[in-house]
Amino acid sequence: MTAPFGRRLCKVSESRATGGYRLFSLVDTEGPEPLPGQFYMLASERHWEQSGQRPYLPRALSVAETGPAADGVRLDFLIEGIGPGTDRLCELEEGEDVWVNGPLGNSFAVPRELTPGAAGAILVGGGIGIAPLALLRRSFAAKNIPTRVLLGFRDAAHSGGLDDLFACCEIKLASDDGHAGHHGYVTDLLAAMLEGDDAASAAVYSCGPPQMLETVGAMCTEAGVACELAMESPMACGYGACFGCAVPRPGGGYLRLCVDGPVVRPDQVELAHA
Amino acid sequence: MPDFCGIELKHPVINASGTFDAIAARRVYGDALLVDFPFAAFVSKTITPEPRVGNEPQRIWETSAGMINSIGLPNKGLEGFLAEDLPRLAELPVPLVVSVMATGHDEFARLVRGAGERDEVAAIELNVSCPNVHSGLIVGEQPAETESLLEVLRPLTEKPLIVKLTPNVANPADVAVAAEEGGADAVSLINTLKASAIDPASGEPGIAAGHGGLSGPAVRPVAIAQLRAVAAAVSVPIVGMGGISSGADAVEMLSAGASLVAVGTENFRDPRAGARVAGEIARALRVGRGGAPIGNPA
Repeated sequence: MTAPFGRRLCKVSESRATGGYRLFSLVDTEGPEPLPGQFYMLASERHWEQSGQRPYLPRALSVAETGPAADGVRLDFLIEGIGPGTDRLCELEEGEDVWVNGPLGNSFAVPRELTPGAAGAILVGGGIGIAPLALLRRSFAAKNIPTRVLLGFRDAAHSGGLDDLFACCEIKLASDDGHAGHHGYVTDLLAAMLEGDDAASAAVYSCGPPQMLETVGAMCTEAGVACELAMESPMACGYGACFGCAVPRPGGGYLRLCVDGPVVRPDQVELAHA
Repeated sequence: MPDFCGIELKHPVINASGTFDAIAARRVYGDALLVDFPFAAFVSKTITPEPRVGNEPQRIWETSAGMINSIGLPNKGLEGFLAEDLPRLAELPVPLVVSVMATGHDEFARLVRGAGERDEVAAIELNVSCPNVHSGLIVGEQPAETESLLEVLRPLTEKPLIVKLTPNVANPADVAVAAEEGGADAVSLINTLKASAIDPASGEPGIAAGHGGLSGPAVRPVAIAQLRAVAAAVSVPIVGMGGISSGADAVEMLSAGASLVAVGTENFRDPRAGARVAGEIARALRVGRGGAPIGNPA
């Protein structure tokens, strides 16, 4: 299912704080339901570029949840304001229009091994990178794939979305400052899990900061566990036009993360550079 | 129906080279891309004699009203382009312009011969912003270098040759005149302006290469000035580009002397920008330029 050609205006149906992040919803009356891992290019219709200041380019955001809306598909996005574009998206109010291009990019694959005794999926999210794992978790639940969720945050101010996106399920938490769950990295929790007897039949799905993805990728490669990483890279267009989102490939050359990703296997990318 | 160097076009809006990948866009949007193709002709990303992987990231940096890029011309090389990309670009419903770049006369000649002999190719754009390995000079910055290159390439094909001018010179009109005298059928301008930005987090340039090319609405007044200077100096048609994001911007560029306009960076924000701008031009020209005067600042 391809994305509708071009950008379209979608209305904000809701926007609210969730911990230190914001969660906003758009109603898409044209596009198909997105797959877990896919993203959209977003720019508010007002106060974006018109004053000649940043933000100028649309911002790439993974979809965190989706559901039916009165006349289309509801798209939920989790966001943290870290610059002029994300700050503006944090200010969105109900009823505003947002330019939307997508759904774009590839999506997470289901685990290869689905025998009744298999370990199932392990989802590892860090910070704002927990977003695409919410939709992924729900899609696995619908397929009866056993799924464990490990989420890590830096500190209380840089965390959120748990009650809104992961309320339904059991999660294991880690925090760098010890404010919640394991005092340390979420990858510590993954390491313990990969030592289990059934780890070989597991599949790991991860999204988060580059250092975390590098560690997750290396741990899974070392343990021989299937792994997919949803990555991020500076991106102007999201549909293969700008060649800005280059990620190094092992042995030379680059992937375009927007059309070759954003979901990649650790062996497809040079993670030391990620 | 604009006629550009003998090529009939449905409207006066094409794309700037390197700002729209029709093959990737078709993967993303499917055949809807072909039904509503946004440009009246398609200009390929620049092809070089051998494959290039492009520059190390970070490649792009957002600025006020624009962006800096240092992509580094990733492409499959002439053989890869002709074998893999050209058949797919030939499926587009519009004429195809192939952009080429090399570092010497012989290599440029190879590209022009290779692309020129293919029926699918309507015209060739010469990207002359690269250093010449023979003289060490950037061809497009030197009128004499540009003219001697055109004298080598002109006899190799009957297809229109468009020379893409760099804005990073004191007198682009001198280079345009040299291109015309060398036998160019048209010139296109502007390419990006040399630019840099410092990442406040590191104190180092935000672009890994240290600098890149600025594009977007920020460069439009520079493009207008250069376009006017070039239009006053040559009689060949001009493809005007640099920061066009609306029909009004395009009409300004046509008024300044362009025969066609190209949309570049705006494609990143709006994949259908070309068609939108073409529609806005048509409406603006129907309404005419009369009416109440609008001052500036207003």
